[in-house]
Amino acid sequence: MRITLNGEPRDVTAARLTDLLDELGFGDARVATAVNEQFVAVADRAGVIVAEDDRLEIVAPMQGG
Amino acid sequence: MRAFYETELTSSLMLGTAGYPSPAILAKAFKASGAGVCTVSLRRESAGGAGQDFWALIRELGIPILPNTAGCHTVKEAVTTAHMAREVFDTPWIKLEVIGHTDTLQPDVFALVEAARVLLEDGVQVFPYTTDDLVVGEILLAAGGEVLMPWGAPSGAGRGLNNEYALRAMRSEFPEVPLVVDAGIGVPSHAARAMELGFDAVLLNTAVSQAGDPAQMARAMALAVEAGRAAFQAAPMEPRDMAEPSTPVIGKAFLS
Repeated sequence: MRITLNGEPRDVTAARLTDLLDELGFGDARVATAVNEQFVAVADRAGVIVAEDDRLEIVAPMQGG
Repeated sequence: MRAFYETELTSSLMLGTAGYPSPAILAKAFKASGAGVCTVSLRRESAGGAGQDFWALIRELGIPILPNTAGCHTVKEAVTTAHMAREVFDTPWIKLEVIGHTDTLQPDVFALVEAARVLLEDGVQVFPYTTDDLVVGEILLAAGGEVLMPWGAPSGAGRGLNNEYALRAMRSEFPEVPLVVDAGIGVPSHAARAMELGFDAVLLNTAVSQAGDPAQMARAMALAVEAGRAAFQAAPMEPRDMAEPSTPVIGKAFLS
């Protein structure tokens, strides 16, 4: 299915968010996620199913002022 | 020094992590600064991206982490970013920025208040990037905030304290509240001045990261903050309009 990952179209296979993060190579990476602009906490990821056309945001620590 | 949500800082210098020539220079500057807090942000990550190395770097600094909501223009994105930051950085602290004006990065204080209310009710410890407006400050405190961070000048402008009168009024109005001048500091004298006014800390980034020698400037800022704080505690003299000789006139020999 095609989703939007960090603003870019992306074809993915997994639907469960935890599996999808593995598929995308994030594994144990320290990231936060939002699906369709809603924050999804780590503890909730296993219960979230990503669907066609969903928008997934994955963010990580970055320099800031 | 006043505590920030019950946390005592080891230094009144809060230093940002953006814009350094390299991670090594960032680390060197932080070491030279003795900063009490580092500010960080969140950005989109790709697999194997730079965020993981940066996370390791800031953990090595060993000081409290203050994540920001930089670039957020709405209540919703600021609140969501704050929730993400709480999880990623494992801290209840958030430097809450809701930008209202693109050119000056002036906070949208109406959205700021709304976002602060949501986050404070959720247990997030908000460090609001605000203006020097006393009424906005009162509302943020009434909502449960325990820190105020008025701007000195537009972020990154390096213009110092644009409205010293307003900052002085803020210190006077909120004598027990930890106050931080956030944004606008360009040179150490600006930082020292903020501390002389009785502010509890200054938050700066560009002045150090964009200096020719960031580590040297970080050290200069640390000294300035310390000097300004000591001066405030020493109760400075009041300025006068006319001269007042410091050497006693009495006893001067008659020689003319």
